[in-house]
Amino acid sequence: MGNKHTVFTHEQLEAYQDCTFFTRKEIMRLYYRYQDLAPQLVPLDYTSCPDVKVPYELIGTMPELKDNPFRQRIAQVFSEDGDGHMTLDNFLDMFSVMSEMAPRDLKAYYAFKIYDFNNDDYICAWDLEQTVTKLTRGELNAEEVSLVCEKVLDEADGDHDGRLSLEDFQNMILRAPDFLSTFHIRI
Amino acid sequence: MSHQLKGQGEEAGGGVRGRARSGSPGTGDRSRKRPSRKQTYKAEDAPGRCGAQPGQKERAGGSPRPGSPRRKQAERRGRQEQLGERERRSAAERTSEGRRKRDRTASLREQRAPPKKENEAMWKQLKKHRSSSSASSASCGESLSEEELARILEQVEDKKKLIATMRSKPWPMARKLAELREAQEFVEKYEGALGKGKGKRLYACRMLMAKKWAKFKRDFDNFKTQCIPWEMKIKDIESHFGSSVASYFIFLRWMYGVNLVLFGLIFGLVIIPEVLMGMPYGSIPRKTVPRAEEEKAMDFSVLWDFEGYIKYSALFYGYYNNQRTIGWLRYRLPMAYFMVGVSVFGYSLMIVIRSMASNTQGSTSEGENDNFTFSFKMFTSWDYLIGNSETADSKYASITTSFKESIVDEQESNKEENVHLTRFLRVLANFLIICCLCGSGYLIYFVVKRSQEFSKMQNISWYERNEVEIVMSLLGMFCPPLFETIAALENYHPRIGLKWQLGRIFALFLGNLYTFLLALMDDVHLKLSNEETIKNITHWTLFHYYNASGWNESVPRPPLHPADVPRGSCWETAVGIEFMRLTVSDMLVTYITILLGDFLRACFVRFMNYCWCWDLEAGFPSYAEFDISGNVLGLIFNQGMIWMGSFYAPGLVGINVLRLLTSMYFQCWAVMSSNVPHERVFKASRSNNFYMGLLLLVLFLSLLPVAYTIMSLPPSFDCGPFSGKNRMYDVIQETIENDFPTFLGKIFAFLGNPGLIIPAILLMFLAIYYLNSVSKSLSRSNAQLRKKIQALREIEKSHKSVKGRATARDSEETANGNSKNSTQLQLPKERTMHHSASQSQTLDQKAQGPEASSSAGKAVPPASQHLPISRSPGARPGSGQARPQAHPWRSASGKSAQRPHH
Repeated sequence: MGNKHTVFTHEQLEAYQDCTFFTRKEIMRLYYRYQDLAPQLVPLDYTSCPDVKVPYELIGTMPELKDNPFRQRIAQVFSEDGDGHMTLDNFLDMFSVMSEMAPRDLKAYYAFKIYDFNNDDYICAWDLEQTVTKLTRGELNAEEVSLVCEKVLDEADGDHDGRLSLEDFQNMILRAPDFLSTFHIRI
Repeated sequence: MSHQLKGQGEEAGGGVRGRARSGSPGTGDRSRKRPSRKQTYKAEDAPGRCGAQPGQKERAGGSPRPGSPRRKQAERRGRQEQLGERERRSAAERTSEGRRKRDRTASLREQRAPPKKENEAMWKQLKKHRSSSSASSASCGESLSEEELARILEQVEDKKKLIATMRSKPWPMARKLAELREAQEFVEKYEGALGKGKGKRLYACRMLMAKKWAKFKRDFDNFKTQCIPWEMKIKDIESHFGSSVASYFIFLRWMYGVNLVLFGLIFGLVIIPEVLMGMPYGSIPRKTVPRAEEEKAMDFSVLWDFEGYIKYSALFYGYYNNQRTIGWLRYRLPMAYFMVGVSVFGYSLMIVIRSMASNTQGSTSEGENDNFTFSFKMFTSWDYLIGNSETADSKYASITTSFKESIVDEQESNKEENVHLTRFLRVLANFLIICCLCGSGYLIYFVVKRSQEFSKMQNISWYERNEVEIVMSLLGMFCPPLFETIAALENYHPRIGLKWQLGRIFALFLGNLYTFLLALMDDVHLKLSNEETIKNITHWTLFHYYNASGWNESVPRPPLHPADVPRGSCWETAVGIEFMRLTVSDMLVTYITILLGDFLRACFVRFMNYCWCWDLEAGFPSYAEFDISGNVLGLIFNQGMIWMGSFYAPGLVGINVLRLLTSMYFQCWAVMSSNVPHERVFKASRSNNFYMGLLLLVLFLSLLPVAYTIMSLPPSFDCGPFSGKNRMYDVIQETIENDFPTFLGKIFAFLGNPGLIIPAILLMFLAIYYLNSVSKSLSRSNAQLRKKIQALREIEKSHKSVKGRATARDSEETANGNSKNSTQLQLPKERTMHHSASQSQTLDQKAQGPEASSSAGKAVPPASQHLPISRSPGARPGSGQARPQAHPWRSASGKSAQRPHH
């Protein structure tokens, strides 16, 4: 107990609890995970909100992420500058969105951002190709990939403009039976 | 405190709204109504007329909820003071922000002397948080009329709502923190201004209590999440083996919880009262080991078979006495025994059905899932939980295969020759499996018959005594792998394959169980037919004992020692012992299978691989996969056994609790140490309800034999709580007759009349029919609505693509203008304006909402960033996509719409 008060002030912890889906204990655990990634970088005292970023190379080695084909996208979406380097706040944000408690809408919003590889607020055919390639490790040939992308656009594109908007995506993901159970990282 | 606020608001809301509708400026009206107002406030009221304008605007946007005007007049002074006081108090409390606050407090205190100035300060504070009120309102908003107060009140609620929903906002943490701080400061600052003037201290106290309560609740929630047992273990397994294996462990945990409740019920209401207050061991024949068994009663081999002292203990039915009441509490033990037996089933049924219902509620509509095969595969097939490279490898492989499968399906490339082959193989597989099932059923029947012959013989060996259990366990051990091998012929998708496998093993176990039960029932009938002769023998023995000649008549003869009294076979205890043995042997077989089949195999593969001529890990033996279907069904049938046996062996549940506890730890260890993830990792989508369905079926099937024995077999004459009665349920009649007033007995008799029961059943059927048809029609209208929404969305989109370009241009222009915020915020709303007049109206009003205020506190965000935020998470198809989810005004306006009814 004594430890946690030296890392965060009481108010900080309360604020984090209001802003994330975590309990105090989980926040502390996340902090230690974060701190373990780069013990020489991350200070043991966060009461003065130091501006520390852990580089993506270290974030990507977390066991929760290292096997995820979208780990780079996740880190980019949640980092401030889109470069994948994360502050503690970003880190907490990431796992809060990925937690079990986060509502479907919030998850869908961030899932959209993750699958939107070129950050143009639409999932276009190129983004879809990237997704398929990452999901299958390039085991499908080009013909199959393009067929899959075509089918996805055919199914989910409500306005037939050749790309998925956030609404299309949400509309689709709303019906996915497994989305909530799979878009979820336990920490 | 919120009740209080609401109450106030409600009181006044109607009045204000009425005024707004009549169109007259609010303040004029009010001054006429209350001429007795104090002079000092005149200064405020004059500009208050001007404040009516923003007030009206407000009314359009959300719902103004001013405090009761009349009371407010009287309270205002008190409130102002309270405000200052509160400020001071909070400043003292919060050391971190102390300085800033103190400054503000000081300024407030200075300005309090002239009321007008103070209002100005308040208004400035107000403006800080609500920049949505445009320039016109700011110019004349220098007073603190009821509208402003109402607005503050409103805002405090909004901010509170914002604080509550902060965590589900798609903002970066820095922004969330800033907004949170701002909102909290605001709430803290103005909360004091809203209390009652009179009970100021009470109000402050209540506020403190509310805060403490909130903190306590949060701490309690923290505590609760910590109390969920084995959470970390299951998480670990889930990340290594995927959700399908974890679903077994979650099921096991759930089962453990249910069994704990049953254990508490039985132990608390039956066993403990009997041990504490019942007659002690050795006092009567049913509580004493018979003379013939006495010398071997303490041997371990005897105890291990639940004979000897264990048989004559409170763990079994036969130990209980048929005294109506026991102890100084006059506890009605037979009655309690019966009711607990019934409520074990009642509780289990309830909890299973409830969890099934909650599972189905969670799942979304299933009808449309077919439309999105590829999309779902693309966006939801990766399980983000996977944290193990082996699992990830299999997942990649399975996703690739599933994509390929879908592509093949899509292209409809016909594999005619394969279809016939598959069909043939499937028929063949089913034929083989049916053969296996019949064979195992016959084997069990044969063995049980043989064991009845054994039981008549003397000097039987250990094997002969335990043959039934051994054969059943062996069948349970070897048949599922056999089925799995046969099922490989069929080439189903693993999830469908799992269901088939579950169904087949279920049939096997069920067949075995029911054969066993039938044989047991034969045995029971046999014992029952012998009972009459034993009863006579007992009577005669006692009669001869007391009337024997050659005894000194003057001294009364000491009673016969209970161990010497001849007694019946007590079929209930025999049944209980059978179930007890089955449970224990089942548990041991499971553990030994895990040890031999998984652990030793893993050790062998791991260590012999260095010196073997082929690759053991990749080749033939390899490591075992976790057998989900077998384990789930083992658990379910074990539970069925517990349900059946618990009536005749109250101690069975205790043993089961131990079993579940050990198997949780043991299996967690085994799965992590010696199993490998499945070759084709698959999700456990909704099979949890499938487990529950099987469990329900087993529960029902295990209810049948128990109900049959209770209703139609006479209980043993010399053992158990119901001895001496014709049927077990007579205990209820007895209680009604003896312990309840006579008119209640009459009522019960009347209720038991078939003339009443049959109409009641009919009525229930009618109700089911009615509800069923209602739900059908509802789902039909649901589908229609969905179609409509789809159509609307299409129209909307086509409009949007046209409109979107125009608005984009607009935004660029307006971003440079003075009134950036409000215009920009209207952007997303403009899109939907063409929908309908009413909708556009409400949306327009929303544009004035605090969405603006929240963003206006900071630098104006660029349009590209702004748009997705304002319409992202709450946007649902058909509900007008421009509706921010956590729009603080929305719920407020919803409330205000209801309020006039009060």
